[in-house]
Amino acid sequence: MTVDAVAVEAEGPVSASRRFRFRFSKVGKIRFTSHRDVARMWERALRRSRLPVALSQGFNPHPLLSFGLALPTGCESQGEYLDARLEDVRPGDVGIGELPTLLTELLPEGMTVQAVVPIGMAEGSLQQEVASCTWELEVLGVNGEELQGRIERALAAPSLTVQRERKGRQTEDDIRPAILSLALIGEDTLEQGEYPNGRLRAELATHPRGVRPSDLLAALGTDVVLARACRTHQWIERDGARFEPLSVSGLGTDPIVEHAAAIGRAS
Amino acid sequence: MKTLWPQIERLLLGVSKPARYIGGEQGAQYPEHGPGKVAWLLLYPDTYEIGLPNQGLQILYEILNERPDAVAERSYAPWVDMEEAMRAAGVPLFSVEQHVAARDFDIMAFNLSAELVYTNVLNLIDLAEVPLHVSDRGPDDPLVIAGGHCAFNPEPLVDFVDAFVMGDGEEVAGEINEVVGAWLAQPSDERQRNDVWLALAAVEGVYVPSLYESSYEDGRLVATVPVQAGVPAEVVKRTVTDLADWPYPSHPLVPLTEVVHDRLNVEVFRGCTRGCRFCQAGMITRPVRERPAEQVKEMVSKGLAWSGHDEVTLTSLSTADFSGIENTVRDIIEDPVHEGRVSVSLPSLRVDAFTVATAAQIQKVRRTGLTFAPEGGTWRMRQVINKLITEEDLYSAVDAAFSQGWRRVKLYFLIGLPTERDEDVLGIAELGAKCVEIGRRHQKSVTVTASVGGFVPKPHTPFQWFGQDTVSELQRKVNLLREASRKTKGLTIRWHDPEASAAEGAMSRGDRRMGAVIERVWRAGGTFQEWSERFNLSLWEEALAAEGLSLHEVAHRDRGEHEPLPWDHISAGLHRDFLWTDWQDALAEAGVEDCRWTPCYDCGACTEFGLEHVVASPVPPAGGSQGTGQDLAAGGRIPVRLMTSAGAR
Repeated sequence: MTVDAVAVEAEGPVSASRRFRFRFSKVGKIRFTSHRDVARMWERALRRSRLPVALSQGFNPHPLLSFGLALPTGCESQGEYLDARLEDVRPGDVGIGELPTLLTELLPEGMTVQAVVPIGMAEGSLQQEVASCTWELEVLGVNGEELQGRIERALAAPSLTVQRERKGRQTEDDIRPAILSLALIGEDTLEQGEYPNGRLRAELATHPRGVRPSDLLAALGTDVVLARACRTHQWIERDGARFEPLSVSGLGTDPIVEHAAAIGRAS
Repeated sequence: MKTLWPQIERLLLGVSKPARYIGGEQGAQYPEHGPGKVAWLLLYPDTYEIGLPNQGLQILYEILNERPDAVAERSYAPWVDMEEAMRAAGVPLFSVEQHVAARDFDIMAFNLSAELVYTNVLNLIDLAEVPLHVSDRGPDDPLVIAGGHCAFNPEPLVDFVDAFVMGDGEEVAGEINEVVGAWLAQPSDERQRNDVWLALAAVEGVYVPSLYESSYEDGRLVATVPVQAGVPAEVVKRTVTDLADWPYPSHPLVPLTEVVHDRLNVEVFRGCTRGCRFCQAGMITRPVRERPAEQVKEMVSKGLAWSGHDEVTLTSLSTADFSGIENTVRDIIEDPVHEGRVSVSLPSLRVDAFTVATAAQIQKVRRTGLTFAPEGGTWRMRQVINKLITEEDLYSAVDAAFSQGWRRVKLYFLIGLPTERDEDVLGIAELGAKCVEIGRRHQKSVTVTASVGGFVPKPHTPFQWFGQDTVSELQRKVNLLREASRKTKGLTIRWHDPEASAAEGAMSRGDRRMGAVIERVWRAGGTFQEWSERFNLSLWEEALAAEGLSLHEVAHRDRGEHEPLPWDHISAGLHRDFLWTDWQDALAEAGVEDCRWTPCYDCGACTEFGLEHVVASPVPPAGGSQGTGQDLAAGGRIPVRLMTSAGAR
């Protein structure tokens, strides 16, 4: 087994395994699958790809995959993430640049791998690092004008208490501090009463407890019904700057990616 | 072909586990419907997660979609919350692939794997907006057909099902397709359902109940006979002779969401000759037909590569009996293509140390639990049911398991068996306690679970004449067992709800009059009766009473040798006198050997079809003839009947 020179340089000590961050979308019918379902889909797709995914030690070895914040069942996303450790990095038949196409083909319809980059072993986990998410929501139940009024009142309120279920128990939480931004977007071109009635964009913090789109809508009134939700971005904050865990537009300029490490596959 | 997806989509945010309704599985097919193609909707009348792995349904799905003159999609029972949302929104039952209304298909084909799903069958027909009763359907309504093990007593469902299919479906599905295709080619105003019924009745293995009538005398069935010319008096099941011709499913469905048995399944043989008298599957699927080992390995290899699964189950009624099972398992595990990352599971382990050795070879790590099924608590009981496992067999298996690192052993038993005495029930606790004791020799803390089911007699078995135990008798035996095992630390007793066994028994052996009963239970809201939180025995008792019937009459009463049985006009190939003789042997506590390696008993399963058991090896499986009561190692001839006392130890 030869260890790819690029990998050695990037990692310092010789290591047979490297971390990679995948960004993917989840849209269409598949949005009704759960976070756990998505994890299983990835495990199967990676097995089918024959990529050398590193396995945990122990009695019950499992692939070393680490998913970001759970996407609520029923929500779509343009920016989901997965960190995976691959063994046996060496010049092989698959370049990193080919991975998105290869894996998209093996994943179910509605999941598209947008980008893959190697990341340092010391990078924080997605769970720890992601501080907020941007959502686009389509809602029905109230018209655009009414919705605008409610948004203004919500943003002006010092606190917004909603009932949430936590480990099977009802709790009351103030979600106002977690609403970083909230606004009506787009032209409300649909006829009154048609589906949907309004579109919102919201940035919601993930700590200390994540706020879900359904929590936000509960704060806007029980008659506001969620028709569709899409997580468009997840954000990491570092030194006051906000950026995505893996920027799609920045992909081409990443020096590590330019030296695209190839990943060997078992024949 | 119109999709209902936009209407369905709106319901899904408000229901539990919405992924059950979206389809999109790997292997799902999206065939184009059109003239000249018969459209089949294959239905499993329980939830998606139970139904999706069903192999029979997946086999037919592929076979039909390969035909140029057929298309097939699938549907499952929407859970209660989804059904409510669908009815409120006026959304009818739909296929999961293209979300086409069920009523737009030409055939709705149900898989009947269990009796307690019957009310769901009615519910799905109704949810499809198809007339519930066969007699109310017109030329443009779908044909409702059904197959599977429960179809071997079709009578309880004859009011609702146009045609039943007996036995293996691989060949007959195509024949049905041709008959229905020809009928559909006629102009709609000339089509008569009676015409397609007659044409279907001419297909071997197809039973069209509307062409038969049952007569009764003093509240008991007299006979069920054809009422139109050219209709066979007896419908004989279909049997595929060579499994090698049918390497299906070749592209098994890989679901997007969690289902039971979420792994690759490869069927290694069909049929069973062990002759366990309580087992309907073993009786109605005879003879044994093995798949060639090479094909098994190829199906495993291709199936794993296709699906991305890391686990495969080799399925059959008794997989350890597959000729050369050790080699097959070893070849799969050692196949370099799987990089040592595949695990193999064998359902229905035989009870012996050899089998444990095979299991150890497979399960090098993660030795948590092993399951064995002695079924009866005493040797006497096991002779009655013809499950000829000696206590030595069991103890050596359990000893091997605990000594090789397994920490939990699960034992399956039946109670409410013919001739059962309290000592047989208490024998379960004794066996369990002994297993705990054996375990303690090897490990500090061991768990033995005895899982106890209430026996329900099934048609086409030697026990079809037996009156099953009442709810209170089963409950008494469960209590007896719990009391007896209370003091044994490490032994846990689990039991199946005796009330559910009673309802299952009523449908298992009921005649045509059960149709009205099932309909009453369904109208009273009794769907998903397989689910303990939904099961309600009083619905069944009230419905039976309203129809002038009772659990006693249908389930708990012994039948006499000459009493007409509701399934007398259906043949699984087994001679009635063979079954009766076997029933008498059971009462005499006499076991019979596995007929694969002994002279033929002429049960009918082979001779009726001009077949023989298709096995790769003429000798018993490695590890001996365990469970057959034979000492083949000694090479001696074996008496056909065992002495009652021969194995008492």
